[in-house]
Amino acid sequence: MKRLLPFAFILLIAVLAVGGGVALYRAKREKIFAPIPGELETSTPGAVPPHFRGTARAPIVLEEFGDLQCPPCAMLASFLKKLEQEHHGRIRLVFRNFPLAMHKHAVDAARAAEAAGAQDRYWEMSDMIYENQATWSKEERVEPIFEQYAQKIGLNLARFKADRDSQEILARIGLDNQRGASLGVKATPTLFINNQRVPQQFMNDNGLREAIDNLEKGKPPFPAS
Amino acid sequence: MSAKTTSSAVSPSTSRGRTFIYFGAACLALVGLGESTYLTALHLAGAHVVCVTGANCSAVLGSAYASYRGIPLAGVGALGYFTVFSCAILAAFQYRRASTFLGLTVGVMFLTTLWLLYLQAFVLHAFCEYCLFSAALIFLLAGLLVAAPAAREESLPHG
Repeated sequence: MKRLLPFAFILLIAVLAVGGGVALYRAKREKIFAPIPGELETSTPGAVPPHFRGTARAPIVLEEFGDLQCPPCAMLASFLKKLEQEHHGRIRLVFRNFPLAMHKHAVDAARAAEAAGAQDRYWEMSDMIYENQATWSKEERVEPIFEQYAQKIGLNLARFKADRDSQEILARIGLDNQRGASLGVKATPTLFINNQRVPQQFMNDNGLREAIDNLEKGKPPFPAS
Repeated sequence: MSAKTTSSAVSPSTSRGRTFIYFGAACLALVGLGESTYLTALHLAGAHVVCVTGANCSAVLGSAYASYRGIPLAGVGALGYFTVFSCAILAAFQYRRASTFLGLTVGVMFLTTLWLLYLQAFVLHAFCEYCLFSAALIFLLAGLLVAAPAAREESLPHG
């Protein structure tokens, strides 16, 4: 009997590790597709899965429709990072690409970010695109610049190029656009908090903080107008 | 590995010391197994890993080096820690060759850890606290096993 004891230990740990890993995997997968609180029935779902970061079941969901060539979107991105840190664990940020026709390279930037997302590095690429927005926006051709970014963040370049030029990536952007249109988005950045559009007068540091504080207290994010 | 050693030449105190070291190694391997299982599950689920200290974990865990042909490196680590745990438990129960396999596995993991530290420092220019914690565990494991042969020498019969 004593001879079997170490094997019993080993078997027990193997079962616990595999069982725990599978349970955690299922829980995380479930969270990834967790619906946004207050989801509107009339809105189309957008690209699935969306790009999001933060706690997957966080009670507060910020959904941004942004254009990677839009300067206010770049400013909002850095502020949202701060907000996520301040409300760590209670916020989920979802980003939808909504390239505007007025920006020459917006679709290229969205494709590059989506292609990085195919290698699980969406946020690294979108950060790099935002940080260097002033530089690449002036260029005639942006593909080589985004390829350099891809290399910098350690992407497989061949796969990045193939994904960037694929119809699947374009379809994702199209789905996010359809979602935006179904929600009445016309400009960027447009932000929704738990599916309630953030009014223009709240699109600033204090306004967003106030909206989130209101939600945390169980109140509506914005006072009734 | 099925045959047990005869421990006639080993003093009871040395044997206890060695058993203590192997149980210690098993405990460290369990911690590493827990951490790497967690990272593997998150990687496979496509979930975002949050660093407690705010370090740039995603630059490392999301890098091209974090997986090979779809197999997460954390999963390989989990397998390594499980092997270390199994060998350490068997060695603690005085199964012959278990300590040799334990030494070999920890040696390979030690070298892999050095390579991963090099990648973080000089290639990715970013550190991930989970990886550093795992590196610390491997160094501790290696330290423990370096201590174990010294205990074995004490057991040689005198005169």
